[in-house]
Amino acid sequence: MQPTVSFFSGFNINDLWFLGEAALRTLWISVLSISIGTVIGVVCGWLLYEGKLAATLTLAPVLDIFRSVPLIIQLVLFYNFAPIVGLNLDPFASGVVILSIYTAALVANVARGGIEAVGDPMRRAARSLGMTYWQDLRYVVFPIGGRAVFPAWVGVALGVMKDSALVSVLGYVELLKASQILITRTQEPFLILTIAGAFYFALSYPISRYSASLEKRWAQ
Amino acid sequence: MFDYNFHWRPVMKSLPDLLEASLLTIQVAVLAMVLGIIIGLCLALTRLHLKGPLYWFASAWVELARNTPALFQLFFFGFGLGAFGLHLSPYFIVLAGLTFNCAGYLAENFRGGFQAVPETQLRASRSLGMTAWQAYTRVVIPQVFRIVYHPITNQMVWAVLMSSLGMLVGFRELSGETQFFASRTFRIFEYFAVTAVIYYVIVKIILLASRLLASRLFRY
Repeated sequence: MQPTVSFFSGFNINDLWFLGEAALRTLWISVLSISIGTVIGVVCGWLLYEGKLAATLTLAPVLDIFRSVPLIIQLVLFYNFAPIVGLNLDPFASGVVILSIYTAALVANVARGGIEAVGDPMRRAARSLGMTYWQDLRYVVFPIGGRAVFPAWVGVALGVMKDSALVSVLGYVELLKASQILITRTQEPFLILTIAGAFYFALSYPISRYSASLEKRWAQ
Repeated sequence: MFDYNFHWRPVMKSLPDLLEASLLTIQVAVLAMVLGIIIGLCLALTRLHLKGPLYWFASAWVELARNTPALFQLFFFGFGLGAFGLHLSPYFIVLAGLTFNCAGYLAENFRGGFQAVPETQLRASRSLGMTAWQAYTRVVIPQVFRIVYHPITNQMVWAVLMSSLGMLVGFRELSGETQFFASRTFRIFEYFAVTAVIYYVIVKIILLASRLLASRLFRY
């Protein structure tokens, strides 16, 4: 009698490699998007603060759209929109673009809050000491305001790291997509999902705890 | 540049279906929020006043909900529980996932709210002859409510946005319905563009309603 062909095979050590690689991809796309998004977001936040009415009428509504539409819809929309205007982006590039803009939209508000957290008297004092506008921004606003909103920024960054799981809808094999593939093959959803969840948790929990303790220390 | 013909007619034809599906989105989000507020309140009070296994349970819930992706949580309720022979329908997967997530986030907000009310207020009301229940419901909770009102609104918006993940577990709410139509007609961009607009409108309505309600509630 012929042995029956087995479609499902158990979870083995090679699959752990597969998951590890996917975890690195999650990390890579998050770090890239958070870095790009933070830079854009800080510039946007500065524009929102400085360009009072003009920015409120133009930039703010645009950023607001990215905060009011589900990320998953944004990703699908952009991925299908790019070819229309002649851009051929792979899932990774589309994911980075949308995640960066999404980060920027969130960071812009944080950055504006940071600039507002620095009192006017402090800035006037800096200017009257002979600092230029940019020196004032670099040596006064950035250290003080940055400290005030650092925990909020960490929250945004961790949120984007977790939301990067959504790039899997475009077919980019990051951690959650990889675990889905493995589940289909091994039929061991509980074990694999636990491993994937543990990775996210191990990354996110210490960082959020650290930022909370920093916040407490700086508040004193 | 536009080598693409936009076809909006099929989208307009299925617009009634999309709007009906968006009611399902709102329904599941509201239900998850109501359950999330109740559970979140219990979790917050448990973490503040109890010790031992209940405290650890509540802490584990809160930290897991806050430090893993929402999509992971949905997958867990969807496939992970399948390992124990528990198969939920897509509706309950999304409801359970959203409730779990909202309860975790709200618990932290509630905890902050309770800590913001000075303990002397509780003692003062007790010394006026109120029972613990009266002191809580008439003195502490109204003040906490004021503090957590804004975070609750934000969480409501998040719940609506997060429900879009239902698309990935086969739930036919707004996103799922959109994907269903989009994959039938291949008008992916058009469908998702309309859906994005619908989400934007829903979010704006929620924010407007919450602002109106706040101006009625917090007049004094």
